[in-house]
Amino acid sequence: MDAIKTVELTKEYKDLTAVDGLNLTVRQGELLSLLGVNGAGKTTTIKMLTRLTQPTSGDAYLLGKSILTESAAVKNMIAVSPQETAVAPNLTVWENLELIAGVHGLNKDEAKGKVTELSGRFGLGEVANKRAGKLSGGWQRRLSIAMALISDPQILFLDEPTLGLDVLARSDLWDMIRALKGSMTVILTTHYMEEAEALSDRVAIMKNGRLLLTGTPAEIKRRAGTDKFDEAFVRIVKEAVV
Amino acid sequence: MKVFAFSKRNDLEILRDPLNLLFGVGFPIVLLLLLTVIQRNIPVALFEIEHLAPGIIVFGLSFMTLFSATLIAKDRGSSFLQRLYTTPLTAGDFIMGYLLPILPICIAQSVICFAMAVLLGLHVTIHILTSVLFTLPVALLFVSLGLLCGSIFTDKQVGGICGALLTNLTAWLSGIWFDLGLVGGAFQKIANLLPFVHAVEMERAVLRGDYAGVFPHIWWVMGYAAAVTAIAVFAFLRQMKRQ
Repeated sequence: MDAIKTVELTKEYKDLTAVDGLNLTVRQGELLSLLGVNGAGKTTTIKMLTRLTQPTSGDAYLLGKSILTESAAVKNMIAVSPQETAVAPNLTVWENLELIAGVHGLNKDEAKGKVTELSGRFGLGEVANKRAGKLSGGWQRRLSIAMALISDPQILFLDEPTLGLDVLARSDLWDMIRALKGSMTVILTTHYMEEAEALSDRVAIMKNGRLLLTGTPAEIKRRAGTDKFDEAFVRIVKEAVV
Repeated sequence: MKVFAFSKRNDLEILRDPLNLLFGVGFPIVLLLLLTVIQRNIPVALFEIEHLAPGIIVFGLSFMTLFSATLIAKDRGSSFLQRLYTTPLTAGDFIMGYLLPILPICIAQSVICFAMAVLLGLHVTIHILTSVLFTLPVALLFVSLGLLCGSIFTDKQVGGICGALLTNLTAWLSGIWFDLGLVGGAFQKIANLLPFVHAVEMERAVLRGDYAGVFPHIWWVMGYAAAVTAIAVFAFLRQMKRQ
C-alpha cells in the first residue's frame, strides 16, 4: 500500500488555484522532498494532507484512509513539525514532550517512557528542564521534531526543518532526519537544494500549483543534463510552462 | 486525558508569566491596600472594606480576559496551534482546554483578595465562601470574553482592547469606586445595561448575606456569560476553520 496517494487534489482560493489537480504517490518508508519556489503550492499541499485545509476538490489517501472521510484516522497516523518553531515557550523541554504525548492520548507511564526515549535520542537531556522559549533556534527545532515523533507517526511532515539554522545545527538535524529513514514515511519541504539532494529518496518539483515531475535526485540531474542538483532544479522550473 | 494535557499547558503558560502574576494578584492587592489606607484618612465612608472587596475582586477578574485572550492570540499567531490542530484534539477539546483551566485561577485570585481583605478588617463569615462561589459566573464571563477576543484579534490588538479598554470599562462602569447614581443620566443607564455593575452588586449582596439582593443582578451576569460564551465558541470555531 502507498503511504500517500493524491487524486486530482485541488485547492482554489478566490482568484487563485494554489494546488491544481495534484496526482502524487509516496511509497511507505521513503523520504520525499517537495520542492518549488514560493507560491508553488508545497505548503498548501501539506496543509491539505495534514487536515489543516479542506481541498476544493479531489482527495488524498494516507495509508488507504481518505483525508475527506476518515479525518480522525488520518490524524492518528501523522505528525507535523511546522515551518516556524511550534513549541510552548513557557513550558520546559520535558513538559513540551509530555504535552504532545498527552494530547495523543498516551497514559502517564507510556508518556514518561516515550519522553525519556526521545529525549535521549535527540540529546535533549541536558536541556530537559529549560523553558523552550529560552532555547536557541537549533535546540528548538530539535525539540519540535522530537515532539512530532512522540506519537510514533507512520507519516511525518517536516516543513522547512532547517530554515535559519547555522551549518552545525543543520548538519545535526540532517543526521537525525537520516536516522528516521525507513522507519516512517517522511515528507520534507525545503528551499535548500543541497538538503533535498542529501536526504531524499525521491524529489517532487511543483510550480504554480502543478506537479512538474518526480524522481530521484540523480534522475532529476540526468533529465536536466547537469551534474549539479540546484542547477537542475532551476532549469526544470524555468523551462516548465504551466 | 487529552483535554487535561492541553488545559495543564494553558495553566502553566499563564501562571509562569510574571506580568500575569503582577497584574492578576499584585495589582488588586495593592488597590485594596491603598484604598483602605485612604479610607482611614477620610471622614466619609467611600472605600469601606465590605463594599470595596467585592468590587476589587470583579475588577481583578477582568484581567483574566487579557491573560486568556493573549494566550489564544499568541497561539494563533504562531505555528503552535496549527501543530495541535493536526493532533487528535477535537474542537470541543480546544474550547474546554482554553476555558476551564482559567476558572480555578479565578477562584484562587478571589480567595487571595478575600484573604487580604480579612487582614485589612473584613469580618470572617460564611458569606466569604459563598461570595467566592458566586464569582464563578463572573469568571466565566471574563474568560469567555478572552476566548472571543483571542479568536478575533491579534496579540497586539488584545493588549489594547482587553488590557486597556475592557479593564477601564470594568473599572468605571461597575460602581466600584463611586456610586453610579452620583453621575446618573446616560452614564448610569449605559452602566446598568452592561454586566460589570451587576457583577459587583451581586458580590456585595452575597458578602453581606443578602441573598434576595442577588436578584436581578445574577440574571444579568449569567445572561451575559451565556451569550458571550456562545459567541466566543462560534468565533473560535470560525477561526479554526479558517486556519
